Amino acid sequence: MEYLVIFLPLIGSIITYFGKSFGNLFSQIFSCSMVVISAVISCFIFYDGLINDNYGNYLIFEWISSGNLNVNWSIKIDPLSSVMIMVVTSVSALVHIYSIGYMSHDPHKPRFMSYLSLFTFSMLCLVVSDNFLQLFFGWEGVGLCSYLLIGFWFKRETANNAAIKAFIVNRVGDFGLAIGIFIIFLIFGTLNFEEVFLLVPEFTKTNLGIFGGEYNVITLICVFLFIGAMGKSAQFLLHTWLPDAMEGPTPVSALIHAATMVTAGVFLVVRCSPIFEYSQFAMNLVAITGMITALFAASVALVQNDIKKIIAYSTCSQLGYMFFAAGVGAYHIAMFHLFTHAFFKALLFLGAGSVIHAFHEEQDISKMGGVWKKIPYTMILMLIGTLALTGFPFLSGFYSKDAIIEFAYLKDTSVGYYACSVGVFTAFLTAIYSWRLFFKTFLGKYNNKSIPIEKTHDSPLVMIIPLIILAIGALLAGYFFKDLFIGNNSTFWNESILFLDFVKLENIPLWLIIITPTIITLAIPFSYFLYIKDKTILDGVKNSNLPLYNFLLKKWYIDELYDFIFIKPLKKIGIFFWKKGDQDTIDRYGPDGISKFIKFISNKAIQFQSGYIYDYAFVMLIGLSALITYLILN
Amino acid sequence: MNFPILSTIIFLPLLGALFIFISNKKNESSSAIYISIFTSMANLLLTFFLWYSFDKSFSGFQFIEEKNWISGLIKFKLGIDGISILFIVLTAFIIPICIISCVISVKKRLNEFLIAILILETFMIGVFCSLDLIIFYLFFEAGLIPMFLIIGIWGGPRKIYSAYKFFLFTLLGSVLMLAAIIFIYWAVGTTDYTEIYKLKIAKEYQYLLWLAFFSSFAVKTPMWPVHTWLPDAHVEAPTAGSVILAAILLKMAGYGFLRFSLGMFPIASEFFTPLVFTLSIIAIIYTSLVALMQDDMKKLIAYSSVAHMGFVTLGIFTFNKQGIEGSMFQMISHGIISAALFLCVGVLYDRTGSRMIKSFGGVVNYLPNFSLIFIIFVLGALGLPGTTGFIGEFLVLLGAFKINYLVAILASTGVVLCAAYMLWMAKRVVFGNTNNTIVTKLKDINFLEATILIVLCLVSIVFGFYPEPLLNTMDISVNGIIQNHQNELTVNLINK
Repeated sequence: MEYLVIFLPLIGSIITYFGKSFGNLFSQIFSCSMVVISAVISCFIFYDGLINDNYGNYLIFEWISSGNLNVNWSIKIDPLSSVMIMVVTSVSALVHIYSIGYMSHDPHKPRFMSYLSLFTFSMLCLVVSDNFLQLFFGWEGVGLCSYLLIGFWFKRETANNAAIKAFIVNRVGDFGLAIGIFIIFLIFGTLNFEEVFLLVPEFTKTNLGIFGGEYNVITLICVFLFIGAMGKSAQFLLHTWLPDAMEGPTPVSALIHAATMVTAGVFLVVRCSPIFEYSQFAMNLVAITGMITALFAASVALVQNDIKKIIAYSTCSQLGYMFFAAGVGAYHIAMFHLFTHAFFKALLFLGAGSVIHAFHEEQDISKMGGVWKKIPYTMILMLIGTLALTGFPFLSGFYSKDAIIEFAYLKDTSVGYYACSVGVFTAFLTAIYSWRLFFKTFLGKYNNKSIPIEKTHDSPLVMIIPLIILAIGALLAGYFFKDLFIGNNSTFWNESILFLDFVKLENIPLWLIIITPTIITLAIPFSYFLYIKDKTILDGVKNSNLPLYNFLLKKWYIDELYDFIFIKPLKKIGIFFWKKGDQDTIDRYGPDGISKFIKFISNKAIQFQSGYIYDYAFVMLIGLSALITYLILN
Repeated sequence: MNFPILSTIIFLPLLGALFIFISNKKNESSSAIYISIFTSMANLLLTFFLWYSFDKSFSGFQFIEEKNWISGLIKFKLGIDGISILFIVLTAFIIPICIISCVISVKKRLNEFLIAILILETFMIGVFCSLDLIIFYLFFEAGLIPMFLIIGIWGGPRKIYSAYKFFLFTLLGSVLMLAAIIFIYWAVGTTDYTEIYKLKIAKEYQYLLWLAFFSSFAVKTPMWPVHTWLPDAHVEAPTAGSVILAAILLKMAGYGFLRFSLGMFPIASEFFTPLVFTLSIIAIIYTSLVALMQDDMKKLIAYSSVAHMGFVTLGIFTFNKQGIEGSMFQMISHGIISAALFLCVGVLYDRTGSRMIKSFGGVVNYLPNFSLIFIIFVLGALGLPGTTGFIGEFLVLLGAFKINYLVAILASTGVVLCAAYMLWMAKRVVFGNTNNTIVTKLKDINFLEATILIVLCLVSIVFGFYPEPLLNTMDISVNGIIQNHQNELTVNLINK
C-alpha cells in the first residue's frame, strides 16, 4: 500500500506523457485519478499510523553500495512523513483537478498534467526517504519539476529565465546540502537517518578543521544542511527565485511554490531535529534567518502590485515563521504551521488564479477592483483564505501562528523574545498586505480599462470545488488538529522529533494571547480606510518617503546586487579565460607557438639549400677554415 | 577457457574492415553498411558474453592470453579485470551507435569512414586488454591515426588545423611515455605489466617515470592546460568522430592513470597528488566558466567534457573506494551522456548545417521528441540524481571530501556552474521563440536517430537508479588497486 502511494503518481506521469494520442480528456482523468487514489490511501496511512501505530520502513531495492557507503531506495513511514504524505497528495490531487479547468485553453495539457504528477512523485520520494541521499534525489527531483513547470510556457522569455534562475539558486542551496551530506558521511560513515541520529550524541564535542579554523562538526553539519533548506524554502539571500517563479501557471504556484516544495526545507530541519538540537549556534542561525525572512518578505509584499507576487512574498514570510519556530525548538508547531499553511496558501493561490482567470490573464491588482458582485464565489473563498492567513481567531492560521509566538515567549531566551516580537510585528504587516490585496482586488472602483466589467466571469465548477475543499481545510484544520499536533499531552510525533530542553516558562501572560488577534482584527478597518476610503494619506506617505518606497518596490535591490557581484563578473571571467587564457596564452605559446617556431627554423634551413654551387662552396670554405683553425690552435 | 575470446573481440572489427575493403565498390555502400553493423553487433554480443562469464569475485586478471611476439623481448599479452571489462563493453556499445549515426549523416566516402571506425574499435579495445606496456603503447598510439584521418577527411572547414593540433598535442606526450617504457625495460628487464607489478620499480625512478606517463595521459584526458586541442577537434570532427573521441578516446587516459600510474608508481602517485588536484580543480572551474560563454554547441559540450574529466582525475587520486569507483562511474556516464549530446548536436547540424546556439531557439515547437531526449541528456550532464551523471560526481566528491575538504568544496562549485551553462544552452536552443525560419521547416528525428538516442537514454537512467551491475563488477578490482597502493606506502614508510 505504501508503494502505491508513491508510485501511482509516477505511473500517472509516465502514461499521461506518452499517452498523448489518447487525447486530453484521457490524460486529465487518468492523472487526476492516480493522484486522487494516492491521496485517499495516504489519508488511510495517516489514520492507520495514528490509531494502530502502524509505522515502518519498507525497502524497495539497493541503490548505491561502494565501500562503506550503502544507500537504499526505501519508504519510511513515521508520524512526520505520514503528515507530509497526506499534505502533498491531498493538495496535489486538488490542484490536479483545478488544473483541468485552469488549463482548459492550453494546447499542452498532457504535458502539464504529467509534470504535476512527476512533481508529486519526487516530493513523495523526498519525504519518505530513510537516508540523506534519497532525500537529495527527491530534493533535486522537485527542483527539476519546478524548473519544468515554471518554464512551462516556454515561448515566454521571462518564464524561461525564471525557470533557470529557480534551478540555479536551488543548486546553490543543494551545494550546501551536499557538503552537509559529505560531512555526515565523513564523521558517521553512514547516510541512514536512524544510524546518524543514534551516533550524534557521541560526536557533540568533535571538531573538524576546515577553512583554517576548528569548528564543531554538529554545528557545521547543521549550517550546511540549513543552506540547502534556505535554497529550497526561499529564505533571505536565496529567496530571489521564488517571486520570479510566479511566471509559471497558477496551479503550479499553488502546489509547488506554496504548499509543498518550498516547505521541504522546513521538513529537512524538522527531520534533522536530532542533529539540530545539539547545536545552539545552528538553532539560533535558523531562528534569525527565519525572522529576517519573515520581516523582509512581509515588508516587500506591502508595496507589490502583482497579485501572485504578493502571495509569493507572503509564502516567503510564512516560511520564515516556520523556520524561526523550528529555530526556537518548536518543531511540532513548525510542522503544524506547515500543515495549515498548505491549505490556506493553496487556497489563496488558486483563488488568485480564479481572479486572474476572471480578468483574462491580468495580474496587476491596481487594474482590478469592485468586482465582488461579478465573482462572488471567488470573493468568499479568497476572504476565507485571507482571514486564515492573517490568523483571524478560530481559523487555522490563528492556532498555528499564535502557537509559534507563544512558544517563542515561553522559551525565555533572548532569541525567543526577539522571535516573539518579530512574530507579532510580522503578523501586523501580514494583515495589512493581505487586506490590501483583498480590498484592491474586490472592492472599490473598477479600474480596468481594457476589459469591460461585463466580461469578467466566475470560474467553472471544476475550479471552484477544489477551492471549497481547501477553504474547509483553512477554516477547520487548525481547530481539529491542534490537539493532535501541538497539544501538551500529545504523543503523536513520538520519536520522529527530538526535543532536548522544552520550554522554560509555564504560563503565557494574558496580554500576549490577546495582542495578536487584536492587532490583526484592527488591521481590517485600518487597511480598508487606507486603501479604499482615503487614498490621499497613503500617497502622501509614499511621496514623502520615496527612497524607502523604491527600496521596498525593488525588493531591497537584492537581484541587482547579485547581478552586479555574481552574474556579470562570472561572464566576464568566462570570456577572459576563453580569449586570454585558452587562445592568447595556451594556444599561442603552446601548439601554435611550436609550429611557428618550427616553421621559422625550417625556413632558415631552406635558405641553406639554395641549389647554387657557390653557396655550397662558400659553406665548405667556412667549414674548412674552421677545421684548420681548430687544428692549429690545438 | 582455451578459446581466445579477447583476441577475437580485438580483431573481429579489423576483419570486418578488411571485408569492406575487399568488397569496396565506388558509390555503393549498402554491403559495407551491413558488414560494419554486423561485425560491431557481433562484437557487442561477444563482449556481453565476456561480461557474463567474467568472474567478479576474482581480483587478478582473467582470460589471459600470451604469445611471444619478438621472443625474449615483447610478449603479446592480454587480460582483463573488473576495470577494463567495463571499458570494453562501453567501447563495443558505442561503436554500433557511431556506425548508425554515420549511415544517417555521412554523405561522402562512407565506406572508408566505416573502415576507419572499425579499425579504431580494434585499437581501442586493444588498449583496454593489453597487459604488456609495448602492446599498450602500440594500441594507444595507433588509435591516433584513424582519428586523425576522421577529423582530417570528414571534418569541418578548419579540419586540417584541428587534426594537426590534435596530433601534435597527443604525440608530444606519447613520445615521453615511450621513452619511459624503454627505461622501464632496462630497469626491470620486462615490459610485462603483471611482472612489473610484482617486481616493483625503485622509488627514485618512480617520479620521473610518473611524470612521463602523466604527460601522455594528461593530454589525452585532457587536463588543464593541455586541453585546448579538444574543443577544436570536437568542433571540426564529424558527429561520429566526436562521439568516439568523447566517449572512448578520453577514457583511455583515465584508464591509463588507474592501471599504470597507480599500479606501477604508487609512491610517485601519492607524491604528485597535490599537482593533480590543483589541475583538476582548475579544469573544473576554469572550463566551466569558459563553457558558459561559448556560442558553438559542440565547443560548449567539449569544454564541459574537460570539466567532467576533471572530476575523473580528482577521483582517481583520492585513492579511496568512493573516489575511484566514482571516477570509473563518471567515465562510463560521461561516455554515454556526452556521446548522446554530440549525437543530438549532430541531429541539428545534419538538418541546418549550423551548430551555433543563436541560430536556434524554439526547437521544441518543431522537434518535440528530439527536444525531450535532448533535455534528458542535458539533465544527465548536469548530474541530476536518477541519471548516471549524479552517481559519478557524488561518489567522486564524497571520496575527495575524505582527503581534502577544500578541494571537494571547490569542485562542488563546478556542479552549480554546470547547471548554469547547460540549462542556459538548453534554453537558447530548445525553448524560447523561433527567430530562424529554417528551424520552422525542420522534421523531427527519424526512427534510426530515435532508436540510438533512446537506447542511450535508457542506459543512462537505468544505471542511474540501479548502478549495482557496474559497481559490482569493478568492486574487487578497485579494492585490489587501493590495497596495493596502501601496501606500497606502508613499505615505503618502514624503509624510511
